[in-house]
Formats: sequence, C-alpha cells, structure tokens
Amino acid sequence: MSDCSDCQGCGSGGTAVVELLRPAAVRTVALVGPPNSGKTTLFNRLTGLRQKVANFPGVTVEQHTGIAELPDGRSISIVDLPGIYSLNPRSEDEQVAYDVLHGTRAGTAKPEAVLLVLDSTNLARHLMLAAPILALGLPTLIILNMADDLRNRGGQLDLRKLSHELGAPVALISARAGEGVDEVFDFLAGAMAKPLPTLLPVLHDVPKCREWAGGVGSKAGYLPPIAPKWTRRLDSFVLHPLAGPLLFLVIVVGVVRTIFMAALPLSNAAQAAIAISAKWIAATLPPSLLTSLVVDGVWKGVGSVLVFLPQVLLLFLFIGILEDSGYMPRAALIADRTMARVGLQGKSFIPLLSAYGCAVPAILATRTIENKRDRIATILIAPFMTCSARLPVYALLIAAFIPERRFIGSIITTQVAALLGLYLIGFLAAVATARLLKSSVLKSAQAPFLLEMPSYRWPTVQSLGLRLLDRGKIFLRRAGTIILLVTVILWVMAHVPYTGGKEPIENSLAGTMGRTIEPLIKPLGFNWKIGIGLITSLAARETIISTLGTIYGMDPDSQGVDLQKALRQDLTLGGAVALLIFFAFAMQCMSTVAVVRRETGGWKWPILQFAYMGVLAYVGAFIAFHAIG
Amino acid sequence: MLQLSGNKELPAVAFASLMDLRKGDAAILEGIDLPAADARRLMELGFVPGTRITAGNSAPGGDPRVFQVDGSEIALRRDTARRLTVRPERNLAHSKSRKTPRSLRIP
Repeated sequence: MSDCSDCQGCGSGGTAVVELLRPAAVRTVALVGPPNSGKTTLFNRLTGLRQKVANFPGVTVEQHTGIAELPDGRSISIVDLPGIYSLNPRSEDEQVAYDVLHGTRAGTAKPEAVLLVLDSTNLARHLMLAAPILALGLPTLIILNMADDLRNRGGQLDLRKLSHELGAPVALISARAGEGVDEVFDFLAGAMAKPLPTLLPVLHDVPKCREWAGGVGSKAGYLPPIAPKWTRRLDSFVLHPLAGPLLFLVIVVGVVRTIFMAALPLSNAAQAAIAISAKWIAATLPPSLLTSLVVDGVWKGVGSVLVFLPQVLLLFLFIGILEDSGYMPRAALIADRTMARVGLQGKSFIPLLSAYGCAVPAILATRTIENKRDRIATILIAPFMTCSARLPVYALLIAAFIPERRFIGSIITTQVAALLGLYLIGFLAAVATARLLKSSVLKSAQAPFLLEMPSYRWPTVQSLGLRLLDRGKIFLRRAGTIILLVTVILWVMAHVPYTGGKEPIENSLAGTMGRTIEPLIKPLGFNWKIGIGLITSLAARETIISTLGTIYGMDPDSQGVDLQKALRQDLTLGGAVALLIFFAFAMQCMSTVAVVRRETGGWKWPILQFAYMGVLAYVGAFIAFHAIG
Repeated sequence: MLQLSGNKELPAVAFASLMDLRKGDAAILEGIDLPAADARRLMELGFVPGTRITAGNSAPGGDPRVFQVDGSEIALRRDTARRLTVRPERNLAHSKSRKTPRSLRIP
C-alpha cells in the first residue's frame, strides 16, 4: 500500500490490516531479490493484492504481507520485501528486508522459506545474491523472472543444470505475463526441502561471490541476452544534451496543460450539474434543517470537491506512465546537477517526483536514501511539491480569477501558465529550503550516487487501469470520510446558535471562528469566510473547497451562483493570488505531519516543518496581496 | 603508451579513472578508491575489478554518466567516477581515431 496511502498514514497501517486477516499457524514465505527484479509484480500475482509496482529500483520500501491461496485450499502468508543487493543493508528499506529475513522485525514472523526473485536478463550478476540467501539454509525457490524478455532478446540457459549447481529448485517465469507462476504455487504447495549443500563463496568477498555467480551461470549454459536495443536508442534521445532537457520540459508542460485543459470542461459540467441538482433537491424536499444539511453541507460541500476527480485521475495517469515506462530514473539523472547544487543527491529526486502525486508515499520512498541527513532534508522539502490535493484548489481559483488568454502561443495560455507557475514556485521553495538545510543543520559528506537505469518497458493498460482505480477510490474515500466529516461539522457550527436562519452565518459559531482569525489574515486579503476555509483545510487541503461550497450555499447572497462567481465576490485578484501562494507553501495536511513524525522518529522535525512552511506561506501571501492588490 | 596500463609509477596517464572515459569508450576496472562500505556497494552493482566498463550517455554537461557494467546500466556522479581507476581496453591510438583529443575538448 505504499502508494495507496489514502494519505492517512498509509504504509504500515495497510500491512497491519492485511496481517489481521492471517489465520494463525500459516507458513510464512518471503519474497527476496535485487531491486526492480519484479518481486511485487509476483507478489500481486500470488496474493491477488495490488501493491504498487513501477519500473525503477526502490518502489517497495517496507514489507507487505498477503495471503496466497493454494489449489489444495491451504493458505500461505507471503511477505514482499524491499529489494536488496546483498545481506549488508545500507539504507532503511534494505534494513527492513534484512530484519524480516532474520526474524528480528517486530510483527512479522520469521519466514520458513524464501522465494528468491532474480532478473533472468542479468542473471550472472543477480546470482550473487543467491550465495547469502542459500547460506541462510531456508528452503528456497530460485525464480528467474522476465522470461519473456530473456527469450525475446535471445538469451538462454539450462534450468536443470542451474538447479543442480545451486542445490535448489529453479523456475523460469514472467510475473508480468503470468507465465510459469504455477511452478511457484507448486513449490509453495510442496514439501519445501532445504537446499542441498553446495560450495558457496566467502560471503563478504564480493569479487569472489561474483566469480562464483559467473561460474554457476556458465556451468548452466547461461547465454546473456543481447543489450536492449530500444533502450539504448531511446536513451540516446532522452539523455541527449539538448533534446533530453527539452523533452523533460515538454513532458512537464504537456502534463500540466492536459490536466488543466482536458479535464476542465468535465469539471465545469459536473459543477453545473451539482448546482442544478442542488436546486432540484432543495425544491423537492420540504424545507427543513435536514434538507439544508443534505443540500448545503453534503451536496454543495462535498460535491464541489468531487468535480475535480478527472484532474486528479489524469495526473495519476501521467505519473503512472512515467513510472512504469522507466523514465523516472532518467529524469532523476537529468535533474541530478540541480540536486547536487543544493546539496542533495539524485536519489532524492525520485521521492520528490512522486510527491507530485502525494507527499505521504514520497516520504516513505525516502527510505532508499542511505544518508540520514539527506533523507531528512528530502522529507522536509517533499511537501512543497504540488500534490494532487492542491490541484483542485489551484484549478478552482485559476478558473475563477485568471482570464483565459493566449500567453506563450496558444499552447501555454494564461491559465496554464499560472498553473505551471504554481508548480514551479513549489519546486523552487523546495530547492531553496534544501540548500538552506544542507548548508547548515543537515550538512553532510556527499554519499556516492548510484542509480540503476532499468530498460524501458511499455506501461500495460491493466497496470495503469488498476492505479487509476485505486487512486479514484482513495479520492472518493477521502471525500466520503474526512472531507464529509469536516463539512458536516462546519454545517453544524454554522447553525449554532440556532436562529432559524434569521441571523447571518457571520454570527454563528463557525462565523465567530472565522472572524476571530480575520485580523490575522486580513493583511493577506482574506475575509472570515476564507478564514474558515483555512482552518478546515488543515485537515486536508481540498476541504477548503467543500467548506466554501457549504458557506456560500447557506448564504442567501451567494446561494444562486456557482462557486467561482461567489468567490469573485469575496476575493480580489490579489487576494486570490495570495491564497494560491498560501496553498503552495503551507503544510495543510495532517497525514503528512503524521508520516513525518513516524519517519523521523519524533515531533521535532514535523513541528519545525509545519512552522517553517506556515511562515513562508504567510509571508508569500502577504507579498503577493500587496504587490497585486 | 601501450605499455602504460597498470604501471602506477608513471604520472597521469590519459585514461586514469572512469571520469576520463567518453561516450563509447571501454576500459577495465582496476580499483576503487572509496571507503570500504561504498566500494562494496559498487562491487555489488557490478563494479568488480577486472570487469569491462563502457561509458554511455550522460546528463547534460557530462555529469552524472551512465556506465554499462556487467549487464546493467548504472549512473555515477563525477565525484564517484573519479575514484574508480581503470586501464583502457584498447590502445589509445584507436581511441583517438574515433574521438577529438581531450585537449581540444576541455579548453
């Protein structure tokens, strides 16, 4: 569930739920292997679960447990582990794998057997990991994954000889295509014999291990496949000194433009539908408090967030394509110089890119960064990246306040440029903060930067579809839980004390709350209504939209108009820009605060981060309001 | 020049570290001058002394660069690449015939 994170502290929470389902005395089997060898793809095949997979090393950063149902009705508990190169952990995610294998990870049973997943297209090197794994003495199935790739590129080997050399059963499979997965089930259902004694190299001597692995490979007649031609060809374009950065730019502009332009008509249509249906519901139901709750609280409030589903799904579709194709590590490579200049390593870039979806999985993904200080710096700057929860707020305010005109040609219109600008501002704030941190409190020696470039792969429709389905569910769940809850509480507070609608909302409990902070936010161009939205958005950013939807829905002055028009009555252009800047910088996300506390092991960093981002948001909004007016 | 490989007494050979390889150049890894733990991780990724390494594409400006080693493509920053000593696989004359001499590349 690393990406599933409904931004509710995801990760271990998800594991715990799965864990509870496990009946007692079920055998536990661990999935082990080098990074990006396809362990999670196989895990999903075996358990029917949908853990996140992508085409770059380090997607899985913690253990996930699931149940494989065997044909004979028995169940086996499968633990998917982060990728490792050896049993010498260097980073947090590798430590997890090490601990689980040695039975020292709390809450996870010591595995009784191991499924060692290796990439068959790079067998000689990957076999190095077989030595320490076989030395554990656990029953082991050696799984050679990506059989289809191996075949297509003309590689081959003798499985029986390899099995003989290793003293353990070997299966050649393609987890992606589902080929050979039956053999894995057969192993799980079988007797699971311990590996036969074979001559293993001295484990701490890497050259000896490599020599051993090479020897085993050649005895098994391993013919490595030819180099992936298309990957080389694509890379000479993607990593071209001029074309490469240009492509990067085109992708970013293209994604932002498509998200904004393609999804906008859909959102607008949905918005109109909500306004019309709200009128219809109000006319149909007898006027009562309950009707007001349904129409103003739930329908206009939560509904106004729901209309942004197309934007959010489009964003995750693009992220999915970039991650599954193998472009991410290339982007990290291109951006490495910038990262180096602010004192961070290229490895930080991949978590930061995934923070464009959601900061919570991004912060978990920093576990792949070996250097503790680099890791903390990356955690601290990740929430500056424009996450999918900011997107609805941006889209609403831009559509309401920025007139649509040609800007740079007809591709980058003023509205697209505004959205691009907000993405850029977040990134610049992150970079500047990283520089500040890395030149002061988090100064550290540069760790060597190592990044494995996987071969490009076609993203499959199925994998993209599943991602979108998951993200759609998460979006709807958030709308149906936290946003609904906050909106209903707000509706209640807007009716206390109850006057039967004689007093304006301004005098209600909610209004009083907004007016209390009004002096503080007036210098930013915000009135008490926006103030209420700022308070509720501390739970989750999009909540400001549902809050304003509810407040405007109840207010007789703005009842008849849509959210955009109502906003224009309340905010000047300067105020709107200030609000955008505020959202770009502020850390309005309790799940992020919670996950930072968990990952940094205390309250120090999240409190500092919250305060820092808050001050930056306030100052930024102040300047924007006074500059534009 | 052909005899220079491995001769540590002689100063500054044209090819001394991975950093000196241009795209398409191949060399044999001789040693890794990094703390033991870092060297170990590099070796686990295929940078075992004696292995043939080919320089590949790079980020704009030549840093970091992708190296083809032991069936994988691994990107290294210049700082790391300079700590990996290599000896050229082919003779330099051959290398030069394909490439602009280094002195012209770096003014």
